[in-house]
Amino acid sequence: MSPTVYHYLTLSAILFSMGTIGVLTRRNAIVIFMCIELMLNAVNLSFIALSRHLGNLDGQIFVFFVMAVAAAEAAVGLALMITFFRNRESIEVDDINLLKW
Amino acid sequence: MENLAQIAMQDVNFGAIMPSLVLVCFGMALLLVTVFSPRGKTTHVAYLSILALVVTGIVSLATWTPAGSLVGNWQEGFGGSVRLDNFATFFNIVFLIAAGLTILMSDDYLKREEYPIGEYYPLILFTTAGAMWMASGTDLMTIFLGLEVLSISLYVLAGFFRRQERSNEAGLKYFLLGAFSTGFLLYGIALIYGVTGTTKVALIGEILANNPSLLTNTMTLAGMGLMSIGFLFKIAAAPFHMWTPDVYQGAPTPITAFMSAGPKAAAFAAFLRVFVIGLAGLQDQWTSLLWILAVLTMIVGNVVAIYQTNLKRMLAYSSIAHAGYALVGMVAANAIGLSGILFYMLAYTFMNLGAFAILVLAGKKGEDNLTLDGFAGFGFKRPFLGVAMSIFLLSLMGIPPTAGFTAKFYIFAGAVEAGYIWLAIIGVLNSAVSLYYYLRVMVYMYFRDPAEDYGWVKMHAGAVLSIVVAIIGVFYLGIIPGAVMEFAKLAIF
Repeated sequence: MSPTVYHYLTLSAILFSMGTIGVLTRRNAIVIFMCIELMLNAVNLSFIALSRHLGNLDGQIFVFFVMAVAAAEAAVGLALMITFFRNRESIEVDDINLLKW
Repeated sequence: MENLAQIAMQDVNFGAIMPSLVLVCFGMALLLVTVFSPRGKTTHVAYLSILALVVTGIVSLATWTPAGSLVGNWQEGFGGSVRLDNFATFFNIVFLIAAGLTILMSDDYLKREEYPIGEYYPLILFTTAGAMWMASGTDLMTIFLGLEVLSISLYVLAGFFRRQERSNEAGLKYFLLGAFSTGFLLYGIALIYGVTGTTKVALIGEILANNPSLLTNTMTLAGMGLMSIGFLFKIAAAPFHMWTPDVYQGAPTPITAFMSAGPKAAAFAAFLRVFVIGLAGLQDQWTSLLWILAVLTMIVGNVVAIYQTNLKRMLAYSSIAHAGYALVGMVAANAIGLSGILFYMLAYTFMNLGAFAILVLAGKKGEDNLTLDGFAGFGFKRPFLGVAMSIFLLSLMGIPPTAGFTAKFYIFAGAVEAGYIWLAIIGVLNSAVSLYYYLRVMVYMYFRDPAEDYGWVKMHAGAVLSIVVAIIGVFYLGIIPGAVMEFAKLAIF
């Protein structure tokens, strides 16, 4: 049995859920960021599978944009984490605690 | 080779992105100007970025189609991915006003906080350009790109004071939660693309209208839900508002002001275009979803604001509440409600940026004094700023004859006309609750003995100018709202 679009969509949904759960449960900012990347790549997988299934290229073009944007986001995000680490000597989100209601 | 060039240039119409193009070119030129400027000198960059905004404003107005004109001035380009119509132009002007007032109040603030870094201004210009793509994007791809250009610049701006832990935290929090919400938005887009086979907003609307069976498809509904999470996060609606108070309190004050007006309006623009045009077939579903969320947002914003003693944080919660009022207009989704949202965004830009401009002036270095106690007797010691602050607070409450009143009036009139009388009543009751925490600031300003003489408050020309412009805007929109409301009515789809 060759994989169909449903298999890919299921896999993508599983990966997306794993990413979401990771973001909500992990405490290290870098690991959280990796989980976010996992979510974005799960979406990319959906886009490519659907693009092939539908026979149009919009989805694949979208994936290029998502990858480019994710790279830019990583650059800014890691820079923010470095400045945070310089001041606090930690990158755990439990230490992001100055601001509270 | 010639053929390739022809294919690449097909359907390109630079007129459709002209405002953001001008802005981005100015932004990149200003980055170079900054590099070649002496350290610590940023005033000229501020002036040049104001010039950029004025030029962009003139360029934007060229695409406005006045009432009764037979030929539309709107521009469409890039294979129908960008459409600079009245809707986009109205929002562009809102973004430009927000950016302009922000830049005016920034220069002396940056010097006082000892971060005179010129890159600040180009970043604001890039944010504004991203906001313009969101408002004029008619393809989910363009909207996504605009959202990211806007967000990435804002992450940097929120964490701009890099040796200040509060600002670090704000930047990092905004980044992590913003990227998280982008994931949801994208997944929603992927699902909608899977159902309809296109990412063009208008085409999605057509396909869904022609195939009613798609409307009950789980994938369509899940796509709609996930996309609304992405947008609701950006407009800071409950329960996706958790980041707002922290980020607003930690970010530099002018940036907080900008975030509460410009990017929020941009998110509303994209939200409206995608949902009202693209997902028109699902209106029953998203209306009932937004009904609940609008009520929740208003209540959470207003009730939690009562407990705040830090004014930046209080205004953050108030901005959550105001997003709730604007959502009421979207639930109504009729002509008055939708044009009411456009009007509301403009009115909110004036009143909120004005209030923040006073916080910018009133703060000491480090801004630990921006609490209720820190404003004791402020109104007597600083009469002009006290009166101005009172005007903005009255406008935020929605007291006539200010912009806040007319804006709320249009929104609630739209809700009543569409039959959502209870929603309008809840909105009005919430406004009454909000009187408490806005009036409390005025009580502190005028009925408490001043503990200090507020000698550190310097009336910087830029910030004062932005306060004066905001006061004029608040009264103009409050006393003669008709003209602008006509523009807003022309601007909706």
